[in-house]
Amino acid sequence: MSAPAPSPRAATVEFDHVTKSYGARTAGAGASTGAPGAVNDLTLSVPAGKICVLVGPSGCGKTTSLKMVNRLIEPTSGRILLDGVDVATRDVTDLRRGIGYVIQQTGLFPHQTVLDNVATVPRLLGWPQARCRARAEELLATVGLEPATYAGRYPAQLSGGERQRVGVARALAADPPVMLMDEPFGAVDPIVRERLQNEFLRLQEQLARTILFVTHDIDEAIKMGDVVAVFQAGGVVAQFGPPAEILANPASEFVARFVGTDRALKRLSLFRVGELPLSPVVTARVGDNGTMIRRLAAVDPWEYVLITDEDHRPLGWIAREHLPASAIAAEDVEGTIPLLNRRTTLKDALSMLLDADVQAGLVVDHAGTMRGMVRLPDVAAWMRRRGVHGLDPDQAEFTDEPAGAWGGGGAVRGGASGSAGMSGSAGMSGSAGSGTGSAP
Amino acid sequence: MIDWGWIADHLDDIAYLTLQHLVLTAIPLAAGFVISLALAIWAVRRPVVYGPITAVTGVLYTIPSLAAFALLVPVFGFSLLAAFIPLTTYTLLILFRNIVAGFEAVPREVLEAADGMGYRGRDRLLRVEIPLAVPLMIAGLRLAAVTLIGLATVASILGSSFGGLGQLITEGLQTLFPTKYVLGAVLSVLLAFAVDFAFVRLERRATPWARARAAEAVPA
Repeated sequence: MSAPAPSPRAATVEFDHVTKSYGARTAGAGASTGAPGAVNDLTLSVPAGKICVLVGPSGCGKTTSLKMVNRLIEPTSGRILLDGVDVATRDVTDLRRGIGYVIQQTGLFPHQTVLDNVATVPRLLGWPQARCRARAEELLATVGLEPATYAGRYPAQLSGGERQRVGVARALAADPPVMLMDEPFGAVDPIVRERLQNEFLRLQEQLARTILFVTHDIDEAIKMGDVVAVFQAGGVVAQFGPPAEILANPASEFVARFVGTDRALKRLSLFRVGELPLSPVVTARVGDNGTMIRRLAAVDPWEYVLITDEDHRPLGWIAREHLPASAIAAEDVEGTIPLLNRRTTLKDALSMLLDADVQAGLVVDHAGTMRGMVRLPDVAAWMRRRGVHGLDPDQAEFTDEPAGAWGGGGAVRGGASGSAGMSGSAGMSGSAGSGTGSAP
Repeated sequence: MIDWGWIADHLDDIAYLTLQHLVLTAIPLAAGFVISLALAIWAVRRPVVYGPITAVTGVLYTIPSLAAFALLVPVFGFSLLAAFIPLTTYTLLILFRNIVAGFEAVPREVLEAADGMGYRGRDRLLRVEIPLAVPLMIAGLRLAAVTLIGLATVASILGSSFGGLGQLITEGLQTLFPTKYVLGAVLSVLLAFAVDFAFVRLERRATPWARARAAEAVPA
C-alpha cells in the first residue's frame, strides 16, 4: 500500500492490530466484545491522499479508532503509524498540532472570532501574527466564507453550515497531512450537508490530504469515501474496500443489511453522467418546418425531437408524430427536459429521468452547450455492462423492456465514451439542421 | 432629622470613608477570588475535593461576622488584618461555587477540540477555560461584592482608623446623631449598587461574544 507516490503533503495512516478495550478486561483474553466504543484488533491501511470513511452503527468503535490517531484515546495494544512512524513515540502536542481535527458540534471557541478560531493552530505553533491572520483569511475564502464579512464574527452569529465550514478551515490551518473528521457534517440539515459534502470533495481534489472520516450514514460513506471500512458491534471491521466493491459484494450478512436493500441504487451514486456514452438528439428550433424535421427524424429510433428556442436553449420534447405540418411553435412542446451535467450522479440522473414526462435528459457542459442525451435504458444498460455481479434479477427487470423496444442499445454499446457515442451517429443529429446537437 | 449643613461641612470626610469602605471590600474580594480560583481549578481537575472544599467554605460562611472579628482580635489585635481575614473567608463559598460552575459550563466539545488541536493544559486553562468561565465568575463576584459591602460596615468595631462607612454608622449610633448613621447606611447601599453596576459593565466588556449570541445573526 505504500507504493503509490503520495503527494508531499499527505501521509499514510496504518492501524496495526489496534485494540482498545474498556473495563477490567485484560488484553489478549479472548474476544473482547461488549463495551461500546471498544475496538478489536483493527488492522487497516489508508493510502496517502485518500478519504477513508469509518462507518457503522453507534458504539461500534469508529470514533474511538479516530481518536486513537491523535491520541485523545490511547490504544490498549497495537500501533498506529503515520507515514510509518508510531504515533505513541511522538510528543502528543506536536502530533496533534500536525493533525487536522473536525468534530460534529464543531467545538469552535465561542469567545473567539471566526478569524481567531481559524488561526488557533498557527498561533499555537508560534507563527507571527500577520502570517496567522493572512492564513486564516485565505482559508476562510477557501471554505467559501468571505473574510471581510465573517472574520470578525463570533460562532454564535453563524448558521450551522457556516460553523462547520469554519471548523474545516480551522482544521486545515496549519496544512496538516492528515485530517480526522468525526461526523463533520452531521449537525446540519440535509440540503446544507449535501452542499458541504460537495464542496469538501472539490476541496479535497486540490488538497489531496489523507482523511479519516467517521459517519453513521452509509450514503455519506459511499459518497465521501475512496475506501470505506464498515464497522460492526464490538469494534470489528466487517469489510474494508472501495465503496463500489462493498455495494456490489457485501462481505457478510451484516454488511448487506447495513448498506441496505437498495444497494444497487446506491451504486448509481458512485458514477457520474460523464462516464456514460451519450446519445445524439434530433433537434429543431421554434419556427422550423415540422414536416421537414419529421423527415429528418424518421430514421432516428428515438421518437422525440428536441425543441429549442431561437438561442438554442432547450424548451422540451415533441413526439415525432405530433410535429406540426407547418412551423413549430413553443406551445407544441409536450414534455420538459431534465438538464444534467457530467458531474451529476447516475442516481440523481435516474431520479430526474423517472420524474420527467419524457424519460430522457440533456447533458450540458459548463457553457450550457448540449453534449447529448441520456435516457433511462442507457443508464440501465451501462450499469449492466459495468458488470459487477451485484445486480439482482429484480434490478434487471427494468432494463429488459426498454432495451428490447429500443434498438439503439446496440449503438450505445458501440461508443466507448461520450464523445465517441456522439460522433458515431452524428449523421442523424447533425442533419437535424439547427446545429445545436453537437458542438464537441 | 437630617442635618444637611453637617453633611456639606464634612464632604471630604465622607468621601474618604466611602473610599476606605471600597478598599475594605476590594482587598478581601481580590484575595478571596484568587484563593477560590485556585481551589476551583483544583476541584475541576480532582472532583473528589469539591465536597470537602464546599463543606469547609460553607462552615466559614456561617460564622457570624461579629463573632469572627471578635475571635481574631486575640491573635491579630484590633488590626486591619483581623478585618480582612473574615471578610475574605466569607467570599470563598460564593466565589468557589460560581467559578466551578463557570468551568463546568464550558462545553465538552470545546475542550475536546482544544485538546485535539494541541493545546497544552495551562494554555487551555488560560486561553479557553477561564475566558469561557468569565460570565459565571463575574456573577459570583457581584454577589460576593454586595455581601462584602454590607459586612464591611461591621468591621468598624475593630478600630476607628479603617472602619469605612461602618464608622459613620457606629459613631452616629453612639452619639445619637441620625444624620451620620442614615448617611452611612444610604451610602453603603449606593456603593453596593454602584459596584454591582460596575461588574455588569465589566462583564459586558469582557464577553463581547456573549452579547453576539443575543443578537443572533441572519441564517444563511
